[in-house]
Amino acid sequence: MKRITSMLLLAMAFVTATAFQSGENLAKLPSVTIKTLDGKTISTADFKNDGKPIVISFWATWCAPCKKELNAIAEKYEDWQAETGVKVIAVSIDDARNAPKVKPYVESKAWEYEVYIDENQDFKRAMNVNNVPHTFVLNGNMEIVWQTNAYVEGGEEKLHEVIAKVAKGEKPE
Amino acid sequence: MILKKLLIPALVAGFGISAQAQLPSIGGGQIHGNFQIDAQYYNPDSAIGAPAVPEKALSNGWGALTYTNGHFSAGMRYESYQNVMQGFDPRFKGAGIPYRFFTYDNEKLEVTVGNSYDQFGSGLVFRSYEDRGLGFDNSIDGLRVRYSPYKGIYLKGIWGHQRSFFTYGAGIVRGFDGEVNLNELFAGKMDSCKTQFILGGSFVSKYQQDQDPLLVLPLNVGASAGRISIIRGRVNFSAEYAHKINDPTLANGYIYKDGSALLVSATYARKGLGISLAAKRIDNFGFRSERNATGNALLINYLPALTKQHTYMLAAYYPYATQPNGEVGWQAEVAYKVKKGTPLGGKYGMDVTFNYSAAWMPDTTNLNDLAGPRKGYTSSWTSISDSLFFQDINIEIFKKFSPKVKATFLYANIGYNKNVIEGKINYPIIRTHIAVVDVIWKVNSKFTLRSDLEHMYTKDDLGSWAAIIEEFTFGEHFFCAVTDQYNYGNKYGAQVHYLSVQGGYIRGTNRITLGYGKQRAGIFCVGGVCRFVPASNGFSLNITSSF
Repeated sequence: MKRITSMLLLAMAFVTATAFQSGENLAKLPSVTIKTLDGKTISTADFKNDGKPIVISFWATWCAPCKKELNAIAEKYEDWQAETGVKVIAVSIDDARNAPKVKPYVESKAWEYEVYIDENQDFKRAMNVNNVPHTFVLNGNMEIVWQTNAYVEGGEEKLHEVIAKVAKGEKPE
Repeated sequence: MILKKLLIPALVAGFGISAQAQLPSIGGGQIHGNFQIDAQYYNPDSAIGAPAVPEKALSNGWGALTYTNGHFSAGMRYESYQNVMQGFDPRFKGAGIPYRFFTYDNEKLEVTVGNSYDQFGSGLVFRSYEDRGLGFDNSIDGLRVRYSPYKGIYLKGIWGHQRSFFTYGAGIVRGFDGEVNLNELFAGKMDSCKTQFILGGSFVSKYQQDQDPLLVLPLNVGASAGRISIIRGRVNFSAEYAHKINDPTLANGYIYKDGSALLVSATYARKGLGISLAAKRIDNFGFRSERNATGNALLINYLPALTKQHTYMLAAYYPYATQPNGEVGWQAEVAYKVKKGTPLGGKYGMDVTFNYSAAWMPDTTNLNDLAGPRKGYTSSWTSISDSLFFQDINIEIFKKFSPKVKATFLYANIGYNKNVIEGKINYPIIRTHIAVVDVIWKVNSKFTLRSDLEHMYTKDDLGSWAAIIEEFTFGEHFFCAVTDQYNYGNKYGAQVHYLSVQGGYIRGTNRITLGYGKQRAGIFCVGGVCRFVPASNGFSLNITSSF
């Protein structure tokens, strides 16, 4: 058992080390199934925005900074869309306790986002999200070009800069 | 030694990653992963009841990797608890790889061997998941198949034993679930139908040998569930009912009564208004893959708590934990956005959320038949007892005053049955009034100040508390916070200040926080599953990263 453990660790260290030597191979969006607020099953591979940037934000009804971030973006969403064509996808990781409250919350805040529920957290695991909020920016080729694991007051301005660059085909940061 | 030599470079390498998420390819596939390290140094502190820890410092750590290539993916997670941090189940002690899997997925068919997480319906009969904060992981090690022969039909099966710390439970769990979305299935014929129907059913069975010298125990215990969701425009309705045959366990006192669970929810949502109503009834419905399992180990199902999940310190002081042996509960929530430009809404509008929840003991009659058939008790569907488990009436208001100032106000009235929820005796129902004012002031583009003032009034238990957090955020990457929780209502000599400071650095997906100070004892819960965290005094370090 010890030998197997050591070998697996070795393999892990190797792949981790190899992982950082490569160049421009950007992370692609993994393909897993999640549900719409109407209970329909869809695949994350079907996310699309006609070559324009996409923001994917993991949140939960019990996560105060997540809601602050998405509410802050909601105020500016129309302007951002007009400027960059960006689409925001909000993925709730709420479980059976709070999942029924997601739709009423989203509507009460009048969010114009695409909202999905990742009740089994398959998407969260596939995206290696440790904790929420965790926000990703995807370019037109559906590659992850930027991400952040926190929301600070005014953080939506930084996100806006990133989206504007990505929309022009530039590299963020 | 080998562990150290290998793990440290791996972890260091993990931190070298930029937020750009540039990734390697091995044979065209991709590697992703995440790390988390929590560590604490403990000073004994008799004034707050923080025990002396022989190791002085303890740490929990996780490292997970997933390799994906086309239809194929594989992953593993290494975990280290050397030794287990205070407040987590000491049975985690050790290190190893409790989670590894291979998956083949060709869209219609997905097959996984190894560990998997899944859920049937709302989880009443089966849910396996991981929550590191809770120290919870009941993954199934075995086989999982998901199959969708037609659009609208979703079939799942799981077969295996459950993780129990660094070993496995004695029982085998087998489960099957089917879900039909009628509108998807009959897409052509039902396109004009504005109402959506989703039906589902599950069956889960566990097997465990009977080695009891006295009782004849059922070797196979089956639980089945049926569910329906009806969605029409602004209204969603869903219900799930589950039944389990007799399942004598340590947790239910080895009674042979059948179990049942019902969960119903209805919501209404339109722009600016959301209403949700939910109710549940649970009767002898704890379900574990080992009869004598304790704590949060080897749970097969998930019984959600229908209460608001509070995030403020003092509002979360008395959290509700689901009572699997029996409870009747309900919840109502109304979220309303007061429009901009109205007298109350002002320039930016105002958000108001009202929430009410309560849980009671079911109305039961004791049969006193433990020497005979051991059915234990009977319970009524039409009445409830007068024994309150938990009640929470709260209102939360969020208002933006200017582009620089926003505030949240919360009032909560919580009643808490400490005897039932924490297994204590001779406590009255603890009645509390909690008020919170949380103000965010964005001083300039680089600097934000958050002040969180909280008060809890109670004459019961340890008496009243006052609490404050002052949090400073500098730019996008740094924050620091000072927290004080003061138990001024406690008896003379026990009125302790729990003062602590915390600082953090966040960049991309890397987050490092360092803390020092006193933490009060408390109960930490997610979704009605809880763990007790003892008081502590010392340094803490948390690191998370992902790529």
